[in-house]
Amino acid sequence: MKLKGTQIFLEALKEEKVDIIFGYPGGTVLDIYDQFFKSNFHHILVRHEQGAVHAADGYARATGRVGVCLVTSGPGATNTVTGIATANMDSIPLVVFTGQVPTGLIGNDAFQECDITGITRPCTKHNFLVRDIEDLASTIKEAFHIARSGRPGPVLVDLPKNVMAMETDYDPACVKSRNHEVAYKPAPKKMANVLDMLNAAKRPMIMTGGGVILGKAADELTRLARQYQMPVTGTLMGLGSFPASDPLWLGMLGMHGTYYANMAVSHCDFMLAVGVRFDDRVTGTIETFAPNAKIVHIDIDPSSINKNVTVDLPIIGDTKATLRDILHYLEEHHYAPDQASRGVWLSEIADWREKVPLTYCPSSEVIKPQYVIETLHRLTEGDALITTEVGQNQMWTAQFFGFDRPNSFISSGGLGTMGFGLPAAIGVKCAFPDKHVVDIAGDGSIQMNIQELATAAQYNIAVKVVLLNNGFLGMVRQWQELFYEKRYSHTDMTYAPDFVKLAEAFGVVGLRATKPDEVEAVLKQGLAVNRPVLMDFRVAREECVYPMVRPGESISQMTLGSREMIN
Amino acid sequence: MERKNHIISILVYNKPDVLARIAGTLGGKGYNIDSLCVNTTTQKDISKIVMTTAGAQATITRIENQLQRLVDVISVDDLTNVESIHREMVLVRLNLNAQNTEAVKIAIDTNKWKIIVSGDTYVIIEITGDQTQIDFALARLEPLGMTDITRTGLVALKLDD
Repeated sequence: MKLKGTQIFLEALKEEKVDIIFGYPGGTVLDIYDQFFKSNFHHILVRHEQGAVHAADGYARATGRVGVCLVTSGPGATNTVTGIATANMDSIPLVVFTGQVPTGLIGNDAFQECDITGITRPCTKHNFLVRDIEDLASTIKEAFHIARSGRPGPVLVDLPKNVMAMETDYDPACVKSRNHEVAYKPAPKKMANVLDMLNAAKRPMIMTGGGVILGKAADELTRLARQYQMPVTGTLMGLGSFPASDPLWLGMLGMHGTYYANMAVSHCDFMLAVGVRFDDRVTGTIETFAPNAKIVHIDIDPSSINKNVTVDLPIIGDTKATLRDILHYLEEHHYAPDQASRGVWLSEIADWREKVPLTYCPSSEVIKPQYVIETLHRLTEGDALITTEVGQNQMWTAQFFGFDRPNSFISSGGLGTMGFGLPAAIGVKCAFPDKHVVDIAGDGSIQMNIQELATAAQYNIAVKVVLLNNGFLGMVRQWQELFYEKRYSHTDMTYAPDFVKLAEAFGVVGLRATKPDEVEAVLKQGLAVNRPVLMDFRVAREECVYPMVRPGESISQMTLGSREMIN
Repeated sequence: MERKNHIISILVYNKPDVLARIAGTLGGKGYNIDSLCVNTTTQKDISKIVMTTAGAQATITRIENQLQRLVDVISVDDLTNVESIHREMVLVRLNLNAQNTEAVKIAIDTNKWKIIVSGDTYVIIEITGDQTQIDFALARLEPLGMTDITRTGLVALKLDD
């Protein structure tokens, strides 16, 4: 059957079972948009291309499927770069389609031309420029395959306008693409090593990361921890991969980790690190990270091994398959932890937890941001999909909203992209229209992609923005307070729009709470309405996120706010 | 850890931007490429890149892992500790005058260097050899009116498959 490039494009998307695309039209993609018009394809019109990528990213993180977006050439394409880099740092599978000027004009500085494959080479898993209509179908197939295989990541496909207007034969059964899947090979010898190390360990623990969520291995990890009574800490990206309501959960580790998680890491003698990459925000100074521990590191990407922390036993493989093998091996060899030593270890951790619990000073005068998050958790019974922006809002969410399920905490971890939360929430809500989807935001971050309120209003995508409004770029201010003697250089954001009026101007419900006793009512009202809502919580202006490990220090050295420094 | 020169042989799909991907990956992560040679192999759609770089073993392993992540990279092979032969080539222009012509002739004859072009006032010669041989030759030619050179990167081939 002879089809035009634009028709093949749509057929190829259907082959990949794409049910939604986030995008923004423009000159070089007019023909594709004309096909959307004719075929009624489910497309969400965002208000800025960065929003399209974050929305596709949110969709991907919540569903575990590939997120898709489409933008035009030139500025449309360059506007996607921050979104692509965000997905790349967190290994999120995306396919980003960009329009391109006709092949004959490439290199001529044509109107809205830019070398987007060149620009995105370092921040994509791979990218393609389709120069020939014969390559179109196979390239799209390969792009989706690359995005989701191995360590996932974003793939960009650049589509010149003239190529999309050409015709060729299309038969989905005949489309071939290269295979990039690396077969996982079980390694019995390594399993035996794991067993030996566990048998020798008196203070074992598990550190879970984003790879457990991406690898859909949360069940296996949870079983392993519970069956053998191993306490679990997690990176920011790992939140939800082990139930926060389980007594074995220690909370997040690292710069804003709990005291007891960081103390456990600093004192453990065995660590099973699964799907993590030992980011500097997690490790503190490398030399003092888990100094007494034998570390087993499971990761699908060999380049993650020994990159930051040198480990004792690397296992390269899919997290799910590897954890299954470990479980199987331990069961087969009747591994049973030594009850006495395990009891001592768990009670040691319980003591740390009792000595310095994760807490904050409540107030009846001023709204504490942590209180808003706790109340949100209580009202939703934890059954909500939460996105965040970046900064204090993100850290308090990580600390105070206990995530029990994978794919329910959606946040820009590696790149730390402000403006991520709102468009990401839109993508999440499109995938799960019946769930509570809440963006926990700060007043700085929300202004970075606030135009997406129009997207939410247009399609009635009922996302809820919980704005922790302290009139500061809070996390930067916190660093200025602690390390720059309170010289608040350009972090005061008091000059801001009236967010309630702004929400209303967008056609979004606007609510406000200025006192602690208003918080619950506003949250209830905001959650109840089936429309997008922005809730403006005027919170304590100079609240800090604690505990905090100062940059360049060991994670056992924590600043605990009003308390003394404890180590 | 000890820094050492390494010879890395990379098989890649012969795509228009594959070299940019490799150079970008290494440059972006702060690794230096000392020399580079690229050409197609017996299979038209596959190219071989031979690259030399210096670093401690841990750094080299990181470089290999980073390269291996690239979609268009088929294989990465460190030839440093493998039995392999190494060659570089250099083209050298020597300006001739009354004082040096005789000495140049003698040097070319005794070292069996190959004259490519011989003019009235200059001669261009080709020298191939391993790195030491090339370095030696250039040291000899330096005082003999050498005015310009073009030196290739190193190529290497394993003795056994």
